[in-house]
Amino acid sequence: MKIAKFIKYAIIGILFGITMFKSEAISWFRIYEMFKMQSFHMYGIIGTAVISGMIMVQLMKKEKIKGFHQSIITFKDKNSGWKRYLFGGIIFGLGWGMGGACPGPIFVLIGGGYSIFIVFMLSAMLGTFIYGLARKKLPH
Amino acid sequence: MNFLYNFLVVEPWPWWFSGLMITFIMYLHLFFGKSFGMSSNLRTMCAIGGGRLSDFFKFDWRAQIWNLVVAGGAMIGGLIFILFIDQNPTVNISPETIESLKEISINVEAGNVSHFPNEIFNWGNLFTAQGIIFIVFSGILVGFGTRYAGGCTSGHAISGLSNLQIPSLIAVVGFFVGGLIMVNFILPYIMQL
Repeated sequence: MKIAKFIKYAIIGILFGITMFKSEAISWFRIYEMFKMQSFHMYGIIGTAVISGMIMVQLMKKEKIKGFHQSIITFKDKNSGWKRYLFGGIIFGLGWGMGGACPGPIFVLIGGGYSIFIVFMLSAMLGTFIYGLARKKLPH
Repeated sequence: MNFLYNFLVVEPWPWWFSGLMITFIMYLHLFFGKSFGMSSNLRTMCAIGGGRLSDFFKFDWRAQIWNLVVAGGAMIGGLIFILFIDQNPTVNISPETIESLKEISINVEAGNVSHFPNEIFNWGNLFTAQGIIFIVFSGILVGFGTRYAGGCTSGHAISGLSNLQIPSLIAVVGFFVGGLIMVNFILPYIMQL
């Protein structure tokens, strides 16, 4: 395994971790506040990211921007359908509103020393595992 | 320089700067030929742990190591923040939120709100009904839902919507339907346990 190859990904992760703390997006209270619609903060963060991301991705496609490997950056379309997205999305939302953390922030919280979120992460792994077992019986 | 230091290090980031940073992180993923999505790591960790019971976990997880490194970096980022930026971070939630938290018997003081309600998320509370629901059951819902939906906030809300994907829009609507139901209608009952 080439360590040097992975350093860039570690740096991206570090940047993500600091962004999650500095933006307060890893806070259970911020998620509660968002779903209570009592502050613009989280909507502002997600809205800015989505709008600037849309502009960026459309420009990248139009201008055929090249990435690190000198090849044109490509984008994968999601599989079509709606059931898995709606049902899965609602189940995810129920957990997000209660636990106050989505998968990215779980790692950041653990790194910040909030060790109880190790249990939350293991539970999320268990949830993913249950999906792996039940997948064929679920509507997609 | 002093202004820049205050803006970047001392003060919490404003929403617009936080949003732009998230887009920048997505850009870095794309630049290196990857896509931004944190929840895939949960599946990879199941596969490494030996998920032989389902072919869902039989894939070449070695090709996903880069994403585990991002997750490891996210942990280091959290550690760096706590060690060097703010040892005792607080959150500036709105006064209305502080008031509405009182209704579900979570009491916090303005200016001294930590990242999550410490009385719920602690090791001592883990084996109470409330602790199991908040820490274990919600984790299971997050892990199950994210894989069922094929992505989480980063994969669908940020990457998917940026790429104008209708499935991601459906998933994000689902996230908000679930979250609104939980916080407004179910949480008050769970807090009475």
